[in-house]
Amino acid sequence: MSQPREEGRRLPAREGSPWTGLWAVVAKEMADHLTSARMRILEILIVLTAAGTVYMAIQEIRTTIAQDPFLFLRLFTTSKDPVPAFVGFLGFLIPLIAIALGFDSINGEFNRRTISRVLAQPIYRDALLMGKFLAGLFTMTLVLTAIWLLIIGLGLITLGVPPSPEELARALCLLLLSIFYGGIWLAVAMVFSVVFRQPATAALAAIAIWLFFLVFWDILSSLLASALLPIRYGTMEEILAQTKLAMNLARISPNTLFSEAIIPILQPNVRSLGLVLTWQLQGAILGTPLPLGESLVLIWPHLTGLIAGTILLFALFYILFQRREIRV
Amino acid sequence: MDELVIETEGLTKHYNGVVAVENLNLRVRRQEVFGLLGPNGSGKTTTILMLLGLTEPTAGWVRVLGLDPARQPLSVKARVGYMPDEVGFYEELTARENLAYIARLNGLSGRVAQERIEEALGRVGLLDVADRPVATYSHGMKRRLGVADVLIKKPQLIIMDEPTQGLDPEAAREFLRIIRSLKEEGITIVLSSHLLHQVQAVCDRVGLFHKGHMVLEGTVTELARQVLGTAYHIQLEAEGSPESITAALRRLPGVTDVSWDGKYHYRVAAVEDLRTEAAGAVMSAGGRLLSLELDRPSLDDIYARYFEEVEHVPAA
Repeated sequence: MSQPREEGRRLPAREGSPWTGLWAVVAKEMADHLTSARMRILEILIVLTAAGTVYMAIQEIRTTIAQDPFLFLRLFTTSKDPVPAFVGFLGFLIPLIAIALGFDSINGEFNRRTISRVLAQPIYRDALLMGKFLAGLFTMTLVLTAIWLLIIGLGLITLGVPPSPEELARALCLLLLSIFYGGIWLAVAMVFSVVFRQPATAALAAIAIWLFFLVFWDILSSLLASALLPIRYGTMEEILAQTKLAMNLARISPNTLFSEAIIPILQPNVRSLGLVLTWQLQGAILGTPLPLGESLVLIWPHLTGLIAGTILLFALFYILFQRREIRV
Repeated sequence: MDELVIETEGLTKHYNGVVAVENLNLRVRRQEVFGLLGPNGSGKTTTILMLLGLTEPTAGWVRVLGLDPARQPLSVKARVGYMPDEVGFYEELTARENLAYIARLNGLSGRVAQERIEEALGRVGLLDVADRPVATYSHGMKRRLGVADVLIKKPQLIIMDEPTQGLDPEAAREFLRIIRSLKEEGITIVLSSHLLHQVQAVCDRVGLFHKGHMVLEGTVTELARQVLGTAYHIQLEAEGSPESITAALRRLPGVTDVSWDGKYHYRVAAVEDLRTEAAGAVMSAGGRLLSLELDRPSLDDIYARYFEEVEHVPAA
């Protein structure tokens, strides 16, 4: 039990695993999320949206008699005025859920003065952080999976055709993409929950970022592109370079990444997300769907972008919190 | 049994260049109740956080129960209970649920956790309200729940930051009773406070903090000798000529100071208990003695006098 007195400080590493107590934190946080009033409101909102959009989609699908090998996927993408398609709603509902789950995770503990009591237990800060993030992610997975199943079920009942294995795989990809997209916003909300003492400020800041990317970033990126690469002589190269730059700038926004990535997954006949020149289409049979593997290759950069963003933000959150003094 | 539970050498903490604790040498023995005293911002809480490994020291050496809190934080935190000032709970959960979370974080589950929770709640008298959300608890109940929370892990050392602050006298007395009973079980207790008479009531030894330094350390009587110089103060009331009574009291050997507070009241400072002699002196001066009383040295006096002196030094 007693250590050699002087050289104790030169011990190589800290004892024990940083994940001690992780599952206790995950279980507690998930229980909190699932029973909170905040979550109920979001659940109602999202179920109503899902039911509404899918109902409209079904109405629309029934009126078309065209042959479509991917009928089931059209449940997610078909819109009928004035209701947009379900995936359109997902693009902004997911950030909302993620922000709601994360904005008060750390500052809430400070404000309730529970942080020092929890950290005085035999766990590392790592377990608290990771536990909170995982609990948020699991809760989101649970909610999104429930909605996903609900839509598939509605489709089975109303369309009367079972989905093909490929349709199911593509729908599953949509679910995974939605979860990764949620992860990035959860990390944003958690970073702000460390930076700001007041949960309301943290929520507002996260929502501001979200609105910025949702509304202004597209406009800004095209403005930036025309400022950085102005078209002087009107040549093809100039126009192409500017458009490419604008597109790549727009892809900094997770919203753009998500909405672009959904397209080839749910619409198999989409074969490119960028500019396509006529010579590139040589030999292609237009209108034929790509196999799932090819569609995945198409969105691979988007997927890695989303995951990398989540990891970077989580690392930032981690560093900020590890450095934070518990003393208020 | 003089085993050291807490030992620090040259412990120092700076926050962004501001000195919070400087060169602290603290020793607390097993089964001792040690009080950290001092005004707000004098370094008490920082010291506690360093003992628990919740804050890294800038310099110095610490051992808690023979372990290094910075390198073996899990072992230290498994054995040391900490009750922060303004202890907070998850308000929407019941007392039992709050404690269950803490039990799980300590790696306890099932029957063992259940038994510990029942025992701890019974100990602080909260069993009959254990299934109410903590939001409905009074301040005093939350403090008691704080003690139950600490007891879950069966600690060898309990550190409490301002445990009796904001409690009404009855709740505070009850709280001190709990502290004494914990001591009897062999648990070492360190508490910080600026409510001096309560500290005096439970602490074996105290350390007085001032601007990050522990300026005085020892039992209350020892501190009184150091700060007040003369440890005995006699209050007496007598009728008769103030001049002759004062003169008679001053003539007594061992008396260092006599003051007359108007009307019948006199204060005598002495190096030993001179009550009998003082009574005789009053009689011989033709006075009629109305009351005679020995002041115990109180921490309040020590504290007030110490900071009076400290404040006056830079002013002079």
